[in-house]
Amino acid sequence: MKFIDEFRRKDLVQAVVRRLRELAAPAVIMEVCGTHTMSAARFGLKSLLPEPVKLISGPGCPVCVTDQYDLDKFLALGDQPHTVLASFGDMLRVPGTHTSLEKQRAQGADVRFVYAPLDAVDLARREPDKQVVFFGVGFETTMPTTALALKSAGASGLDNFTLFCVHKTMPAALRALLDSGEIKVSGLLLPGHVTTIIGSEAYEFIPRDFGVPGAVTGFEPLDILLGVEAILRQLVEGRPRVDNVYPRAVQVQANPQAMALLEEVFEPDDALWRGLGVIPGSGVRIRDRYRHFDARTRFAPILAQVPPPPPSACRCGEVLRGVLPPKQCPLFDKACNPSHPLGPCMVSGEGACAAVYRYER
Amino acid sequence: MCLAIPMKIIQIDGVQAVAEVDGVTRQVRLDLLPDAVLGDYVLIHAGLAIAKVNAASAEETLSLLRSLADEIY
Repeated sequence: MKFIDEFRRKDLVQAVVRRLRELAAPAVIMEVCGTHTMSAARFGLKSLLPEPVKLISGPGCPVCVTDQYDLDKFLALGDQPHTVLASFGDMLRVPGTHTSLEKQRAQGADVRFVYAPLDAVDLARREPDKQVVFFGVGFETTMPTTALALKSAGASGLDNFTLFCVHKTMPAALRALLDSGEIKVSGLLLPGHVTTIIGSEAYEFIPRDFGVPGAVTGFEPLDILLGVEAILRQLVEGRPRVDNVYPRAVQVQANPQAMALLEEVFEPDDALWRGLGVIPGSGVRIRDRYRHFDARTRFAPILAQVPPPPPSACRCGEVLRGVLPPKQCPLFDKACNPSHPLGPCMVSGEGACAAVYRYER
Repeated sequence: MCLAIPMKIIQIDGVQAVAEVDGVTRQVRLDLLPDAVLGDYVLIHAGLAIAKVNAASAEETLSLLRSLADEIY
């Protein structure tokens, strides 16, 4: 595929790996994005890095950082008559406290998986006797598609479509992570596709306020190695900044159309992250003019009856903060595995535990 | 979740478009890229084109990499 195959070329990978060896110094580099985690694991990139350079996973798997309480609430709506739970397929097997979308479906709930949020709106149009609730998970990459879905539902005056919004935004979460001082990272591989929407300027605070290097990075093997190279180079030079090693897709400025769309539909809000708790300004809520489509409002009486989840043995939270490597979790490959996942990091296609289980065990 | 695939725009009708990769086509939306034209490669995420792929920039990266590889061999 064009713009993919070229960025997997072995001879070029070898050239960058040699360059990395010249720059090698002890460094802990966090791949912020779950898609990076999976790509790095799938292509065995960790084994290509020089010994003192470590890659660790961060909080950028949207499925993983979705809080258990939010998931439990969404799942509870599946018990309502004539209700369709619509979701991206990524959520299928993520365990809630008592059930999952997969189990709900097996027990007769109407669960549908969609490729795009607009498909869920089409579903609502086609089946006016059903209430379609879409679980809006994802970062800035995904938020514009959900915003379009709300606009489309609004334009059609639909009364049977709502969004259960659990969208989260990346910069505030990165600031919280760095602020906590819990983990010492030498540099951040920043999420390329989030950055197509928000622009690389959104990360200027990282070198400025924390002295930490960053590299906006694409998702093919060469992209990721170039991101590592950029961070090592910044460390050697002692000049932290935000490099853009994904210039074929990413610009300094945000996409103005995307920003206008998000501004119209959403407003900033605090958000609850699994493992990170409530982070001020790291999420969005639906603006008043689209409140009609807010599942949290429409189904408030039902949602209020869902109890907060009890403490769990799963340590996904620490994995997402980069504090606990998956293999050091006492549950890993014992009580918790892809057939019996105890938490989202083991079941999500981009979860750090799933990546290690599948490729690095 | 943040996966996006480079696809080529082969048909445009307002904000609706058809994009193609390896013979697979699908309906996509161009709301974020008002100046996209036929033949452009765009990154598709959940049915929405989120960015144009800049071919010149891609080539620049690759040519840097090739010169790095040539230095070695």
